[in-house]
Amino acid sequence: MTLIRDLISQGLQMLLVLLLAPLLTGFVRKLKAQLLRRQGPPLLQPYRDLMRLMRKDVVLAETASWLFRIIPYIIFAGTWVAASLVPTFGSGLLFSWSADLIAIIALLGSARFFLALAGMDVGTAFGGIGSSREVMIASLAEPAILITVFAVAMIAGSTQLSSIAEYMGSSAVGLRVSLGMALVALTIVAIAENGRIPVDNPATHLELTMVHEAMVLEYSGRHLALIELSSQLKLLLYVSLIACIFMPWGAAEPRAGSLAFAVGAFTYTGKLMACGVLLAVFETSIAKMRVFRIPEFLGVALMLALLATLLRFVSGSL
Amino acid sequence: MIWPALWSVAGLLALAPAAIPLAMYKRGSAVVYGASLILTSTLCMVAAHNLLNLSHLAWSVTLPVGLPWLGAHFRLDALASFFLIVVNLGGAAASLFGLGYGRHEQSPGRVLPFFPAYLAGMNVVVLADDAFSFLVAWEFMSLTSWALVVSHHREAENVRAGYVYLLMASFGTLALLLAFGVLVGGSGQYDFAAIRGAHPTANVASAVLLLALIGAGSKAGLMPLHAWLPLAHPAAPSHVSGLMSGVMTKVAVYGFVRIVFDLLGPPEWWWSMVVLGVGGPSATLGVLYALMQRDMKRALAYSTIENIGIVFVGLGLALAFKAEAMGWVAALAFTAALLHIFNHAAFKSLLFFGAGSVLNATGERDMEKLGGLIHRMPQTAIAMLIGCVAISALPPFNGFVSEWLTFQAILLSPQLPSWGLKLIIPAVGGLLALAAALAAACFVKLFGVSFLGRARTPVAAEAREADRFSLAAMFALAALCLVAGIFPGLFIDALAPVAKAMVGNSMPHQASLEWLTIVPIAESRSSYNGLLVFTFVLLSGSIASVAIHRLASDRLRRAPAWDCGYPDPNPAIQYTADSFSQPIRRVFGTVIFAAREIGDMPPPGSASPARLTVETHDLIWETLYAPIGKSMTFLTERINILQFLTIRRYLTLVFVALVVLLLVLAI
Repeated sequence: MTLIRDLISQGLQMLLVLLLAPLLTGFVRKLKAQLLRRQGPPLLQPYRDLMRLMRKDVVLAETASWLFRIIPYIIFAGTWVAASLVPTFGSGLLFSWSADLIAIIALLGSARFFLALAGMDVGTAFGGIGSSREVMIASLAEPAILITVFAVAMIAGSTQLSSIAEYMGSSAVGLRVSLGMALVALTIVAIAENGRIPVDNPATHLELTMVHEAMVLEYSGRHLALIELSSQLKLLLYVSLIACIFMPWGAAEPRAGSLAFAVGAFTYTGKLMACGVLLAVFETSIAKMRVFRIPEFLGVALMLALLATLLRFVSGSL
Repeated sequence: MIWPALWSVAGLLALAPAAIPLAMYKRGSAVVYGASLILTSTLCMVAAHNLLNLSHLAWSVTLPVGLPWLGAHFRLDALASFFLIVVNLGGAAASLFGLGYGRHEQSPGRVLPFFPAYLAGMNVVVLADDAFSFLVAWEFMSLTSWALVVSHHREAENVRAGYVYLLMASFGTLALLLAFGVLVGGSGQYDFAAIRGAHPTANVASAVLLLALIGAGSKAGLMPLHAWLPLAHPAAPSHVSGLMSGVMTKVAVYGFVRIVFDLLGPPEWWWSMVVLGVGGPSATLGVLYALMQRDMKRALAYSTIENIGIVFVGLGLALAFKAEAMGWVAALAFTAALLHIFNHAAFKSLLFFGAGSVLNATGERDMEKLGGLIHRMPQTAIAMLIGCVAISALPPFNGFVSEWLTFQAILLSPQLPSWGLKLIIPAVGGLLALAAALAAACFVKLFGVSFLGRARTPVAAEAREADRFSLAAMFALAALCLVAGIFPGLFIDALAPVAKAMVGNSMPHQASLEWLTIVPIAESRSSYNGLLVFTFVLLSGSIASVAIHRLASDRLRRAPAWDCGYPDPNPAIQYTADSFSQPIRRVFGTVIFAAREIGDMPPPGSASPARLTVETHDLIWETLYAPIGKSMTFLTERINILQFLTIRRYLTLVFVALVVLLLVLAI
């Protein structure tokens, strides 16, 4: 009986992230537009875009290989699995033990590896520029997030996200300097990994500093829909990750009653909205960086994460 | 159980002279590689059988050869069994690959005799149980591999590589010779059993550790003793490159483990700092150098330095925990290192074979002259892609598992009491994380530039798929990478007796856990299940594919590339290897390679082309090796006068030398 309930809970979570991801993106877009005194697209526009793209023909470049055609599915699968392993409304998911936080990050790394390959497959200049910059950003962002994970894992005594969330929700954690540093580092990495301003601009693909949009320039139809959905899932994943580590309030305990789940779902929505608002405000108040300023921006994250880890090694209470 | 192993090694040794006449026949190479394949497979199975069944029992035998009062001792224990598996798995794969690849060899007489001899040498190093046989086998292995490096001796580059390799190999053997000399002292007990029984003092043990690190580390390619490796490994024929990178570096690691973990007794706490301090930077610098290369095989050779760095980080952690008597964490770190040794042997051999197939099909190792090979060599591309994903430590393949275990060991290290380690281990963890991310960048570049895109040269446009033996070898290794990534628990359990023998503890039994999960310490702490992750990814990808094709659209049209409206048919428009790594070079290169970009823009109105010149320096070579080389030349030129003296002066010299020596004795 509990197994069935756990299975349902896990299945719900998988569906939930899939359905919520476009909504979060639509929410941020709408909010950004209104901050700029524009009307903005409707909240549900991302769903309509996805549906339309799915129904369209794929126009495949003549020089594209078979790899180019399966990469969208690989990216989507990797991101979806990773996103459904991050606790959202409740911790203690059925399959949460199959991959810990390091493995989730590595899964996203696999997705990025293939995306960068896709950029190089058709053999155009734009694809190469995107891939080359993407791996440059990743080569700084990935160590930063891994070291942040080290710091958090040493505080919580676990790399298992469910255990971390439970520990962070308990009263044992307290206010720590290293946690604050880890939060800043994780936020910077999240901005870079999702290609948000100031690192990359998700709204344009005709800019010299573009990264993500350059890689996916040759994709169309259902392939493009999958890649768009994957990047929306990735944004949701990072927001959920920050929420579950640094804002663990209200999440349902494993095997809690339906009321607890309702409370969890409610607070989770609140957290998503709060993060969405912050992201929109941040993005409208800052200018896009030159591509070679990005290493400095990410270097801050790397150093903060390293400092947080070092503090944990030096003292148990910081 | 040791006799079948020894007979197989003897078979390999006998095959070497037999290959000299065989090399003259057309079918000779097939006979030699076929026989090597059978012998190495036998050895591999014997070792695997020994490791899996009652492997805590060690089999030893003494043969009446070698030094008259010593004889040649051989022993097959858990550690030797594990390394025999690694050596012969790589050996068997290389032989299988050689069955196809060797047919294209220009001068088989320079390769065939040395190939089985080289395999035999590596096997004897692992089996040897006394210092004398160990060193003789070590030098035999070095010399046979040197002969293979210079087998294409008409290229000046290979000759230089061979020269540097010979120098560094002799230097490494000298360090090991001194290590054993210091360890044994005046007692003359050179067999390992006696050395193990005699407990050296702390100073002696520390000196031996440093000498072993220099001797084995130079063979394994630890920085800064790596200079020969990226020259020599690519120079050899590709299946031998795979052996040198995938297997011989592991034999070097075996030497280090045997001396430090087995013969030296309990470690001092600061040893681990030395090992970690060498391993961490090797990992990051190795992959950074790899990223800057255009030559496929050289990039792979530099990436070997990275992986050896990761192995030594694992070994350093194991030493630290062993010194503090935290046996179960030591076992975790040690198992991580061993697993990475095994994994690296698999995917590095695979990648070198892939590079060899490309070299065979196009005659090119320079990535910038390739491109679009996925269309011409689809099967090689699949195998190569699996190798690239595995070496980039991405799930669900095997490279991820060993790095994940290393990270888990790092996360337990705040419990270590020493302050030095508390400061160095987070830094090493950061370096490892950086290395993992850069490795992914490096292999996106390697695969993307050479296999994807459009062909940059006519040879790449007309490449032919590799032969079936080469493909069989590559696919066998690719399958191994996947299996070891999906069922890591089985491999960890197989390593338990080795860890038990070396650090006194082993990781908890994994195969009995539900769903073949791996749980290094406790389930609340960390767990990973490669099988489930692989199944989930496969399932969700297929569900998405089926759902979209059924419910939405499955139509597809071919059209010219879009490229923002400005497609250019010239393949030179594509990103090249150098341009791909340019952002990373600008981020890291200014410090590490002293890289400078000099842009030369013509004045406005001038029609002359703009130029961009990039200057990079190999700082380790320029600050360490070049001064030593120069001072050696300087000294030898001074001493050279002694060769051209008259007989009178020689006699005076002898007389003066005699007087000085007598004076020294008198005082």
